[in-house]
Order: sequence, then structure tokens, then C-alpha cells
Amino acid sequence: MTRPARTLAITLAAAASAIAAPLAAQDIAITNATVVTGDGSDPVEGGTVVVRGGRVVAAGAGVSVPAGMQAVDGTGLWVTPGLFASNTFLGIYDVEAVEDSNDVSAGGSPFGAALDVSPIVNPASQDILYSRAGGVTRAGVMPQAGSTIFAGQGAIIDLGSDRDAVMRPRAFQFVELGERGARLAGGSRTSAHALLRNALSEARRYGDDPALTGTSRTRDVRTGDDLPIDPRLTGRAERDSDVLLTRFDAAALVPVVNGSQKLYVTAHRASDITAVLALKDEFPRLDIVLVGVTEGWMVADAIAAAGVPVITAALNDLPASFERLGATQSNVGRMVDAGVTVAIGMYESSGDHPRNLPQQAGNMVALNKMPGASGLTWGEAFAAISSVPARIAGVNAGTLSAGSLGDVVVWDGDPLEVSSAPVRVFIDGVEQPMRDHQTQLRTRYRDLDESQMPKAYVR
Amino acid sequence: MIRMTTIALAGLALSACATTSDGKNTASTGTAMTADGRAPYASTYRPYPGRPTAVIGATIYDGAGGRIDNGTVLFRDGKIVQVGDSTLSTEGYDRIDGGGMFVTPGVIDIHSHLGDYPSPSVDAHSDGNEATSPTTPDVWAEHSVWPQDPGFSRALANGGVTSLQILPGSANLVGGRSVTLKNVPSRTVQGMKFPGAPYGMKMACGENPKRVYGSRGQKPSTRMGNFAVNRQNWLDAREWAAGDRKDRDLAKETMAGVLDGEILVHNHCYRADEMALVLDMAREMGYKVSTFHHAVESYKIGDLLRDAEVCSAVWADWYGFKMEAYDAIPENAALIHNSGACVVIHSDDENGIQRLNQEAAKAQADGRRMGIDIPDAEVVEWFTLNAARAMGISDMTGSLEEGKMADVVLWNGDPLSIYSRPQMVWVDGALMYDANDRSRRPVSDFELGQPGEGDVK
Repeated sequence: MTRPARTLAITLAAAASAIAAPLAAQDIAITNATVVTGDGSDPVEGGTVVVRGGRVVAAGAGVSVPAGMQAVDGTGLWVTPGLFASNTFLGIYDVEAVEDSNDVSAGGSPFGAALDVSPIVNPASQDILYSRAGGVTRAGVMPQAGSTIFAGQGAIIDLGSDRDAVMRPRAFQFVELGERGARLAGGSRTSAHALLRNALSEARRYGDDPALTGTSRTRDVRTGDDLPIDPRLTGRAERDSDVLLTRFDAAALVPVVNGSQKLYVTAHRASDITAVLALKDEFPRLDIVLVGVTEGWMVADAIAAAGVPVITAALNDLPASFERLGATQSNVGRMVDAGVTVAIGMYESSGDHPRNLPQQAGNMVALNKMPGASGLTWGEAFAAISSVPARIAGVNAGTLSAGSLGDVVVWDGDPLEVSSAPVRVFIDGVEQPMRDHQTQLRTRYRDLDESQMPKAYVR
Repeated sequence: MIRMTTIALAGLALSACATTSDGKNTASTGTAMTADGRAPYASTYRPYPGRPTAVIGATIYDGAGGRIDNGTVLFRDGKIVQVGDSTLSTEGYDRIDGGGMFVTPGVIDIHSHLGDYPSPSVDAHSDGNEATSPTTPDVWAEHSVWPQDPGFSRALANGGVTSLQILPGSANLVGGRSVTLKNVPSRTVQGMKFPGAPYGMKMACGENPKRVYGSRGQKPSTRMGNFAVNRQNWLDAREWAAGDRKDRDLAKETMAGVLDGEILVHNHCYRADEMALVLDMAREMGYKVSTFHHAVESYKIGDLLRDAEVCSAVWADWYGFKMEAYDAIPENAALIHNSGACVVIHSDDENGIQRLNQEAAKAQADGRRMGIDIPDAEVVEWFTLNAARAMGISDMTGSLEEGKMADVVLWNGDPLSIYSRPQMVWVDGALMYDANDRSRRPVSDFELGQPGEGDVK
């Protein structure tokens, strides 16, 4: 890919900010652009994208602009679906290391599986603004396991500039296995597996028998002439006496065990991955998504045969722990070659921000040129950060197919190239503001002249 | 913009460079020599054999701001012989066709913890922070380096890294001495030490020292505590340095090395206001800061940094992960450069070190979007010569200039594009990595007999 000319892009960006429209779905037609549909196909030059009523009408070559719609010339620009960032903490912390602002993990909570991010996502979080300006339009937001192997329930959000971020609450349950799960479970993988199986069994019984919900009544229990003891405190358990889950946690796992809610499971080591796949023998209705999967290439045939999709970080190539000895950047390419559905959507260092997903994907394209390595085609790489993660999450997004969500990003060049950036972002057909804390700092400190007034007066 | 540093270091480098054939290293390290006249823990690195090599037909970024299209690079006996256009004679050299490819100097990471925080990152390997006292100038990072860290090989093969500085961590106000390494596999850290490179001394501002010690009910627990402990530490060092220095004191020897201008200060510091205070502390105590590391707010004080001739070693776009990183912006590098101050792109990360070229390209583009156009050849300087200058090794490496070490990367495309990777990497003229030759791919002891041994990584 060549590095793009930018003059027009910058002009358009300026125009876009000048006409910053109110936040309503717009009719959008962009012509003569390089169009990426996000379905795994290669980019199409000289293409057109039409969005109306918040939905994509058409995208590609030979698409005509409906009569009466004003078209924007996209020469030199690229138009893509919005990025879908799988496993993020967007909107659940302001500053990761500022504990008061961080709701990612609840190590002191009595709950695990019942924890639910959907009421707590903050659409005004700077991290959401920053990611949106980088082309991320939808994301999975997940809690991190704190007090048990069950992290709780993640949500799918849109990053639109409005009050309503959550598009699908409780989209998935998140469970930590592997080394970290073992520590959380009390010190061993044995315990993590026992906890998981026990929890799923409890949930299965809990789900099968609605009578065991604590709604049955008993008589007051008196121990003398004192006040009666609430029957729910007398040991007349509605549930078995050795249950480990709280009612909230058990109830939260019912949709997991009956397959109506996805179960995301972290596993990196090849043998941990196959152990997760084996769960389906005992709990056949589980809808499992494998997360992490550093050694996935070593068991890619088994993952493919199980039809279980994978969410991974693309660039891990170090034996960061004993469960990741086989780490290689060719992991994604080899799994895809074996027929596994793979999304790139994890961020393991401070540099792997959701906004940098295109960098991870672009590196997969670069890998294709390296002897012996397995990478992705350009189309596959872009799909791995748009339509594939959306599909894994059960959301029809990340493509520009007719009828899909009007999440459209206009870039000043090849979106997988590190030198490119979005110039306009639409979510549900609504043009998004590109202003945030960082852009305002940039503007303030464009020069350092304080001869007339302090910088505090410049904005 | 860091001319003074370069000149000051030139003299040092001349003497430091003189590693004699019998292994004596005359580098002044602020530390007494051993009885046989050697520097303690002296480098035992010797360049590996190389062929006289001519890379032809490539686009050359020389690391010093120059660009030659369809250029030729000649090196032999470990040194750059000549860099020029296609008319250079290549007689007597093995010719490598670099058509469609690019050549840069070896990439240099000024901020790494490879070996000190190696992979696998288990507790038993956590050797990067002697977090038992707020000031530990007595510890030397080289005594923690595990040469078998697989991270070195990834930095070479994926990042084209040929030299790197290993720093102690940032838990302490003074973390100890850094060590500069050649990125060559070795059984010992001495076998990796960059001959003649000056030592660095790691310092840290801000949140980390006050949190680590404050949480133990110990000084410092505030930023003013940070400065109080630092200043007293400097006063004590000055007193010791002004004496006869015969009473050996490892901590004071390091501090005195800084006061003597022989050891370079690498100061972890995020906030602009704190960097400005450190500059004044340096003036007060009579030392110089080589580089502020992380420096996410350097863009607010580019003028001060330019005038003080201090480099900023920065990420392209890490931000917001801690309070003192809240004002980080992606345009930081471009704004610093635009102020006339020195930019270095660093990693502080075993993954990021594999992609310093990509980080530089991102930072360049973020500048361009706000109207700051920085030529590609100058951006390459951010991860080559500027790093070498800030580490005091620019007379030996960091650019493709006659007589310098033949630390060279041949990229299979524009190094400022995401689609490019190192094709071949030479260290002192020895071919240490070749994408087309599996036998030219180092595999650490740790990875032998394990899943993925010798795999593409």
C-alpha cells in the first residue's frame, strides 16, 4: 500500500469540523473513495458508500447515489465500517491506575458471575471519545475477574456521542481459566475446573427448577419468646446446603448453561484450550468463545472442529509465562488457515489500546511477506477488527453490507497503515464529534507563546 | 539541538572507545579499576566475523537526517566504509541487492528492561527494581541482566534493534546504573556490553517513588518529599566527591560519576512542571540531565528542553494509564521536535521494542495532521542517532557514517510503513539476522526443546 496523499483529506477534515452538524442521522453519500466492506474482501477503488436513515444502503463499485442525495467526493480517502473492539474496558475507568475511577475489577465483591457492566458504562469517558476518534464505533466492555474466576457479564456498546452507550447488556459471561484463573480459584487449575463445573451444575439445577428461587414460604420459626427469625435465615435452605454460588451468581449463570448467553473463557496454553473445548461434552449447550489463546496454533484443528471462535492479541510472540511458551505472531494466520474464526481484540500492554487495533491488524499483513510466517490478507486483517469480532459478539456490525448499522469511518489513507487516521466518524448514521481532552491540549500548546496571557486562557 | 551533549561526550567517547586488544577498557566509569587495570565487569564483546558487504539499490536513511535513493552502503571489518549513490564501486564486496528495500542504521532503544524483567515474567525473574530504599545508586542493572531473555531475539528480528540501554525500574528516586548492550546473544552480560558506552544513572520523578515508599509510611510520600530526598542525596554525593574518594562507596561512586559528567542521567518524568523542577535541581547540584524518559508532557515545555539541551524519550501515543499520563497526547513527539528539542522514541516494553519504527511513523503522522511536517529521514533519527546521542554512543553508532560501527538494518520496505519488516540485520558488520535463513535466527537457551523453538516469532 502506498502512503496516501493528504491535502484533500485535511481539507475535508476541516470542512467536516466546520459543518459540525447536530447529532441526528444523516444521509451520507461518499464517492470515488477506496471502499472497504469489512467482509474480508479486498478494498475497492473508486467506490461509493450510501447511508440513509442510520443504515447502510449500499457500498462498493458501481453503486449509484440516489437522486437528491448530495455526494461528498472521497478522492484520496478510504471509507470503512467502524472498528469493533472486542474485549475492552472502555467507559469503566477514567484513569486505570486511579483506583477511585476504576470499575474494571471487583476483588472485594461477594459476587462474581452476577456482576454486570451494563449500568456502569460511562459514555462520556475520555477513553470512549479517544477511541471513537480512532475509528472504533462498537465495542465489547467486560469486567475483569477479581474475587473469583467469574468476572461477570460484559456488554456490547456503541461509542456514539449520546447518553445511551449500551446496545446489548449482558451479552456474555466472562470466565478466567489458565494461570490467573488457577490463582483466583485458590491456587490450582484443579480448583478452577472444579469451581467452573460446580457453578455450571448449580446453575443448571437452578435453572431447571424455578421452585428453588427462594419464593416458597415457610412458617415463622420461634426459638422462644423472642422475635421470630426470618425463615430464610434458619438453614431451611431452598437450595442444597453445600451450594457455593450466591443466588445472584447462580441466576446469572442460568443463561450461560442453557446457551442463551455467550461464555467467554480465557485460556492460553494448548492443553488449557482443549480442556475448555471438552466442557461442551458435559455442558453441550454452552456457547463458548475462547479468549487469549496464545498457543491456539498448536491445537487449531481442534478449535476449528469444535466451531469455537477465538478473540486474541495478534502480536504476542514472547513466552511471557509458562502458559504462553509457544507464542508467535503467526498464531492468528495459522488459526485462520486451519478454519478458525479469529478476531483481533485484546490489549496487553499500555500501547495496545483499542484505537490501535489497525496496527495489530496491519502487522498481520506485513507478516505475509516474511518467509515461513503466516499472516493475513489485507481483507482478512481488516475483517478481524470489524465484522469478525462483531459476529462473534452476535452483533450485525462491522460491515458495509446493505442494511447493516450506519457505522462508517472516513480515513485519510489506508486504515491499517500507522500514518493514517479517521477524518470523519459516523455511528448509526450520526456524525460524531472529534473533540476530546487531548485535541484541546494539542490546540492549546500548538505554540508556547505566553507573552500576552497564560496558556490557561487559550482554548 | 543537543550539540553540547554531543561535544561533551565526544571526548569521553574517544577515551572510552579505546578498548585495547588485551581487554583493558579505559572507560572512566566513576569506579575504581580492578587490580589488573580493567574496568570492573568490563565488556568482553567482540564483533563476530562478517563479510565485506555492499548493499546496493536501496533507499538509504543514514540516521543523521540524510536520504539517498538508489544508494549504496559499504561495510567491512565491522565498520562503515562508505555511503553514497549507485556510482560507488562495490569491487571486493559481497553485493546484496536492496532494490525496493530500505536501509537504516541499527535501531536503538534507549529505554528497555530486557534481561532485568525478562520473559517469562515470573517472580523469580523480577530483577528490575531494588525497591528497598528510595535511592539506590549503588545497584547496577547489568548485575540483573539475564542474557537468555528471549526478548532480545525478538527485538533483533522484528525490530532491527542493534543497541539498547537496560535501565533499572522507576520505583526509586535514584534507581541505579544502567547498562548499554549490543543486541548480540551471549552466555554472559559482559559479552553483550557495548564497549566504551558510558554508564547511565536512572532517576524517577513523580508518582512511583512517593507511592512505593509512602505506602510504607516512609519518606518520600509526596512530590516535595521526592525532591527533599533527592537534594540531600546530591549534597551528600557532592561532599564525598569533593574529598579524596578513597573510601569506596558504591552509591557515591555512581553519583560522583554523574557530577563528573561521565555518567548520564536518564530521568523518568511525566509532568512538565516536574521536569522544570528537575532542571533547576540539576542546576542547583551541578549535574546534567541527558534525557527525560516517558516525558508525556514535554510538549508543554519544548522551549525549556531545547534551551537545556535535554532529550525527551517518548512513546508515540501511550496515554491515560496513570494520573501523570493523563495529559499525554499523540502529537507530543512532533511538538517537541517543532520546538527544536530532541526527540527519541523509546519502548519501555518487550513488545514495543519490536516496533519503534512504527511508533515513530505514528508520531510523525500525528504531527503532520496538525500541520507539522517532519521529513522521513529526520523521523528515522528518532530511533537511531538521537537515541545514540542521548546515550553517549553517537560517535560509535547511530548513523551510517564512515568509520562507525556497521550496525545496519535492511528493511523489506519503507521502515515508516506498517508493512515493512527487517530483512537482514548486521551488528558490527556481522550478519546476526536474515529472514531468509533460519540458521540466522537466535534461539535462547530457555526456548530450546520447548514449544515453538526456532519458530518464526
